[in-house]
Amino acid sequence: MSSYRIQGATGDWEVVIGLEVHAQVTSNAKLFSGASTAFGSEPNTQVSLVDAAMPGMLPTPNRECIRQAVRTGMAIDAAINKWSRFDRKNYFYADLPQGYQISQLYHPLVGEGTITVQLDEKDPESPVKAIGVERIHVEQDAGKLMHDQHPTRSYVDLNRSGVALMEIVSKPDMRSPAEAGAYVRKLRSILRYVGSCDGNMEEGSMRADVNVSVRKPGEEFGTRTETKNVNSVRFVMAVIEHEARRQVDVLEAGGKIVQETRLYDPDRGETRSMRSKEDAHDYRYFPDPDLLPLVLDDGFLAECRASLPELPDPKRRRYETELGLSAYNAAVLTAEVETTRWFEALLAECGSQVTAKAAANWLISDLFGALNRLGRDIADSPVNPAQGAELLALIADGTISNTLGKQVFEIMLETGQGAGVIVEERGLKQTSDTGAIEAEIAKVIAANPDKVADYRGGKDKLFGFFVGQTMKAMGGKANPGVVNELLKKALG
Amino acid sequence: MTKLTDLTVAGIRDGFRAGDFSAREVAEGFNAAVAGAKALNAFIVDTPDHALAAADAADAARAAGDAAKPLAGVPIGMKDLFCTKGVQTTAASHILEGFVPPYESTVSGKLWEAGAGMLGKLNLDQFAMGSSNETSYFGNVISPWRRNDGGNAAMAPGGSSGGSASAIAARLCPAATGTDTGGSIRQPAAFVGISGIKPTYGRCSRWGVVAFASSLDQAGPMARDVRDCAIMLEAMSGFDAKDSTSLDLEVPHWEAGLSSDLKGKRVGIPKEYRVEGMPAEIEALWQQGIDWLRDAGAEIVEVSLPHTRYALPAYYIIAPAEASSNLARYDGVRYGQRELPEGANLQDMYAATRSAGFGPEVKRRIMIGTYVLSAGYYHAYYTQAQKVRTLIARDFAEAWDHCDLLLTPTAPSAAFALGEKMADPLAMYLNDVFTVPSSLAGLPAMSVPGGLDAGGLPLGLQVIGRPLDEQSVLNAGLALEERAGFTARAEAWW
Repeated sequence: MSSYRIQGATGDWEVVIGLEVHAQVTSNAKLFSGASTAFGSEPNTQVSLVDAAMPGMLPTPNRECIRQAVRTGMAIDAAINKWSRFDRKNYFYADLPQGYQISQLYHPLVGEGTITVQLDEKDPESPVKAIGVERIHVEQDAGKLMHDQHPTRSYVDLNRSGVALMEIVSKPDMRSPAEAGAYVRKLRSILRYVGSCDGNMEEGSMRADVNVSVRKPGEEFGTRTETKNVNSVRFVMAVIEHEARRQVDVLEAGGKIVQETRLYDPDRGETRSMRSKEDAHDYRYFPDPDLLPLVLDDGFLAECRASLPELPDPKRRRYETELGLSAYNAAVLTAEVETTRWFEALLAECGSQVTAKAAANWLISDLFGALNRLGRDIADSPVNPAQGAELLALIADGTISNTLGKQVFEIMLETGQGAGVIVEERGLKQTSDTGAIEAEIAKVIAANPDKVADYRGGKDKLFGFFVGQTMKAMGGKANPGVVNELLKKALG
Repeated sequence: MTKLTDLTVAGIRDGFRAGDFSAREVAEGFNAAVAGAKALNAFIVDTPDHALAAADAADAARAAGDAAKPLAGVPIGMKDLFCTKGVQTTAASHILEGFVPPYESTVSGKLWEAGAGMLGKLNLDQFAMGSSNETSYFGNVISPWRRNDGGNAAMAPGGSSGGSASAIAARLCPAATGTDTGGSIRQPAAFVGISGIKPTYGRCSRWGVVAFASSLDQAGPMARDVRDCAIMLEAMSGFDAKDSTSLDLEVPHWEAGLSSDLKGKRVGIPKEYRVEGMPAEIEALWQQGIDWLRDAGAEIVEVSLPHTRYALPAYYIIAPAEASSNLARYDGVRYGQRELPEGANLQDMYAATRSAGFGPEVKRRIMIGTYVLSAGYYHAYYTQAQKVRTLIARDFAEAWDHCDLLLTPTAPSAAFALGEKMADPLAMYLNDVFTVPSSLAGLPAMSVPGGLDAGGLPLGLQVIGRPLDEQSVLNAGLALEERAGFTARAEAWW
């Protein structure tokens, strides 16, 4: 994977990728006003005078937004800058009601950090790579103005105007579309663990600007292009593939890469030039004179740190060492915070009889299988952890077999009933009644004299056939251990 | 009995409390004065009903046994840079013509809370940019003063708070709000022979004040005397969570603390303020001021503010830089004027709106500000100017090791005739040479009238104080006021 190469006529090319991820901060209010941030509201219902840039309005920082950005920085082991400052980024852009964006160019809140990704996400044993994060700064989102809907009027929706974003800027450390995809997924996982961003790319809570350049391996960085506002992991990867290929083609044809901003068109699967750097905006940054520098005290930082949850990587290691889970299961269970929460709630509900391993296996195979089939995710699972624990306890104490367990689970999904009730009402209890089992075994043997002869003649594999027949005759309820034991005795 | 419109704020307040007259009588008197002084062009909008409503409320409260509000019965003028709920707020610009804010600025809200009523919105230099009140879209404000040379040249009332200055000097209101970015309270106060104080940056909330240069803008009162300034400032000041540069401090009882005894105070005379070409009369007045303060018990010391001469250039980089950004929101999209030429696209609409909506001085400063912030010039201009600002603040901090207050002239000349300096923006900017350094340092500073020049025009003295030490500034102002005995007033010709 790290040896991802693009084959060109002049040999192999290496792609160099850096990502700027904009993540909307989870908070009830905007970065500099008290207005709400609910998604999907009617236009202009989430707007304060400040967001509308009315004359004389002033921004005041929202502590919760700052707190979330600091916690995010701590989660990637980044340096937190106790002194940071807001700058104005001035440029004429139709969607900025103030005519400038408040951001942090010179003194960001969060400095350098690291995000570690598995080079092969499917293989938890594969090597990992640390991808550098240059900085995280907070800034305000723009509004939406449409000027082409009416001959003399502009349509204005300022619901998003002033919403807090974290801009998470990676170093140009990624070398393949897969690495970039892994980075975005891991970043999203961390944000969701921390609770600083819901990571919902469809709703625009997270979007990426993708910086791509190509070079011959070992050479200097080439000229890069930036593709703006890419809103899914799949598209991030597609942009890199297309853009790297395009750049290689341009270079090999003797052309030069122009540093420019591009747009991704998912319908046509291509990137297109948006504006070149020559006519790029002169942003005219300077410290925002309406805002004092942000100074964080030790108490605030300590509170931020104390509020951090156990993060995916340490959690995964703990699942392996303390719970004895396989590397694969630990990786699957810790990838998404909802899965982890569900799993830990399940463990808490299970008695000591149920092993973590059994719980993990059931969750990953049975529950995930059912959710896949139903097209639901774990957050709206039809079965809750307490119900899952009840089922697992019945299996663990031998009341039902694994096979019966699957059957009971299906009924749970259909009816919403608890496992105990189902087992009781439908008489699905496993039986170890040797008399009844022996009687059925006798019938099976009597009905299959030729197979008995073959078995006794050395065809050991036929044993499974007898087990199956007996279980069938018992309606699946026989204790498989007892069946095995009695069959062996009966077959001699 | 003196005319009600000749009373000071304290005089109105005390007379009203004593039952000498009703608040309605006061409001009616001033409403009539405002209506009769159109020739001064001091007001953009008259609001007689606002003044009457506040007066009636005060009268009703008094009848119910409550006359305790500090400004009950006092009508005032409001600089049209303060957003006033339901009343057109233009910053004297075409681009905001017709803009009626659905909100009240913190400062104006505090004044209404204190019982004051509004006579109208006062004219000013457009977006507070100017030193003569010749840049208003609504026409020049005329000073009530005239030279004693027999001519009748219309005089500049100073700027940007020229409407406030002119209205107070002409007895159209007993007091008014001003804003001071580089001297916009003090210079016009000096030009028309009234008092005005710019408090420490952060004392008065900027919320709801149309921004010119955010790091410098500070509201303050203008009135006929020092006591009135103290009363008004108490009502205007105070912490506001909606302005993150607002100071979270109790408001001192400045009026109660007034004392013209300066024993134990050391007053510094900054030698760098003796600028070349300063009229001898200003020099003489300054010396007179020194003697007055010594007479009041102060010890006089010479101090040095070595970076003074860099203050004006630094100011005329920083203020336009901030202004160019603050004024970007006036784009014709959400409020105010919108110019849409036939077939215009968005960029054309912006350009047409801003071309038509801003006056020449505002455009000049937007251009300067845009230039000094542009990528290639940022460090050469803006960064350098900020360094100068730091050095100037340090100069003052070091001066405070040697003295408690500074005394300087307010402006390098008396008022000039309208039109005299409009052709030369740099000459105009020189008006602010004495007021700008303390603005850059965020210090409290006050102008009080000291006397008249040979032309019969007022001259002002400036007192600058330590951060948050408005009390000492007011007290020194009071000591000067008592000794100057300034009673001259403009002959009513309007």
